[in-house]
Amino acid sequence: MNLDVSNIQYQLGKKTLLNDISLSMNKGERVALIGPNGCGKSTLLRLICGLNKPSTGQIRLNGKAIDRYPRRALAQHLSFVQQKATTEELVKAEDAVALGRTPWIKAFERWSETHQTYVDQALEKVSMLHKRQQHWHTLSGGEQQRLHIARALAQNTPFIVMDEPTNHLDIKQQMVVLSLIETIQRTMLVAVHDLNHALRFDRIIAMKDGQIIAQGRPEVLINEAFIADVFEVQSRVIHSSDHPPHIQLLN
Amino acid sequence: MLIQAFNRVTSRHHFSFVVLSFFILLAAVTMGVAIGETNIAFSTVLQAVANAAWGADYAVHPIDQGVIWNYRLTRTIVAACCGAALAVTGLVLQSLLRNALADPYLLGISAGASTGAVMVTIAGIGIGVLSMSFGALIGAMLAFGFVMLLSALASKRRSGNISTQIILAGIAGSQLFNALTAFVIAKSANAEQARGIMFWLLGNLSGARWQEVTLALPVLLIGLALVIWHARALDAFLFGSDAAASIGIPVRRVQVILIFGTAMMTAVMVSMVGAIGFVGLVIPHAARFLFGSSHLILVPACAVIGALFLIFCDIGSRIVIPGQVLPIGVVTALIGAPCFALVLIRGQKQ
Repeated sequence: MNLDVSNIQYQLGKKTLLNDISLSMNKGERVALIGPNGCGKSTLLRLICGLNKPSTGQIRLNGKAIDRYPRRALAQHLSFVQQKATTEELVKAEDAVALGRTPWIKAFERWSETHQTYVDQALEKVSMLHKRQQHWHTLSGGEQQRLHIARALAQNTPFIVMDEPTNHLDIKQQMVVLSLIETIQRTMLVAVHDLNHALRFDRIIAMKDGQIIAQGRPEVLINEAFIADVFEVQSRVIHSSDHPPHIQLLN
Repeated sequence: MLIQAFNRVTSRHHFSFVVLSFFILLAAVTMGVAIGETNIAFSTVLQAVANAAWGADYAVHPIDQGVIWNYRLTRTIVAACCGAALAVTGLVLQSLLRNALADPYLLGISAGASTGAVMVTIAGIGIGVLSMSFGALIGAMLAFGFVMLLSALASKRRSGNISTQIILAGIAGSQLFNALTAFVIAKSANAEQARGIMFWLLGNLSGARWQEVTLALPVLLIGLALVIWHARALDAFLFGSDAAASIGIPVRRVQVILIFGTAMMTAVMVSMVGAIGFVGLVIPHAARFLFGSSHLILVPACAVIGALFLIFCDIGSRIVIPGQVLPIGVVTALIGAPCFALVLIRGQKQ
């Protein structure tokens, strides 16, 4: 599963939200997308998921332009975990996860053991098996987010895109979700708002003002000067032998 | 719930659900025919139907025979069709637009139908050529087209969720067509015509004959089949249209097919019997409360409950005040509002 984004531009009205974006990802790679608010991270993810069309340029998945995929076929290759998606309906946890099987089930097909197994495994992976019967609105934000991730897992796509999955969560839940993401063996593109979280990915792509300004391995890319340049804050990167590097913000 | 529902739908339970609903509906229709200003015995009803449908030779008074076959039976069947169509349309719009207040008239259909009706009956456009129903149908379709055009223009430069645009366009369109109706009434109607239009707008089943049945029933069945075919897609809208798209639903296509399909179904019903309120808003909520959130169950459930509800409201409208038939919209609201309140309060407790 590889992704090729070449020279895309995205305009909404007269405003250019993305300008000349090119990137590629290989199978199994885990990439963090970082950048200040409004830099175009979410917009780029929406284009990659086919939710919007770029004004110019092309996005290819396995060599085929994504607008050539029928919706259903695309959803068999790529799943998307939104920043925050909720519902007021009275649904159970496992039903929210079962929606992940939608691209694999026909209009009148019977719900089979296979589908159930995917749902059970996904619930187990996000440690939500014991709450499968609980109603959506009785669950915490972190639990709901884990269910969205489980839904993407039940969708069984080789490529998973996530838009700031730890946003709105408390520190402990952020760690739970982050550790969970680390155990998922898929090609992943994740927009991340916390730089310390980004350090745990294979590669970082940094965006600013609708453009990609740098990319590379976290330990090479992330330093004080880079953070000052992208986020306009002073910081200190603390290295230690028994922990991943940590970014301390100074102002 | 969804999972169990999937199983239920494709198992023998589904079959028993269909059989059970069929018999309940049959019983309700029989009651609808038997109960009225003058009550008719159930056995007479069945005999009269057997006489007319299968050429049986029971001794039924010719007046009873005529009342049952040509008046009450058709009226009850049309009531059932309208109830089912409105409830299913309300459900589809609530699910697609993710708005609990969406109802079949959201998209300007009742406003357009009333404009069409007054244009024919009061302004006299196409009088003698167009019937009031046909005028209402054209009005409903024009208003719906206007609302869709407006929402398409409003959402052209936006990304993602367009349901707010559709709802706002619906409000704008309804207001415009209501104003046109009021304008025509104020300008040219006499008191009698104004009263007639008001009654028609509250729903009037008295004109329902076999001609109406042969239109309402096929339209309902086609609409229902279309919606059931898309039941899984409707489930996918649980977390919004972006989430639906990312699990493989062609969102725009499903929205267009379902909104257009249900709008046409509603337009046909409204043009025949007027804008019966409350059914399309309340029944979907009641059905969700009873049957959960899987549309493979909800859609047929809404159709059955909507049909039953309107049959019984129609009976009510004929017997509440002796010698007078209330507009059915008054009864649906009078019964529906307290029922709805009850559902809301019990839902809170859950």
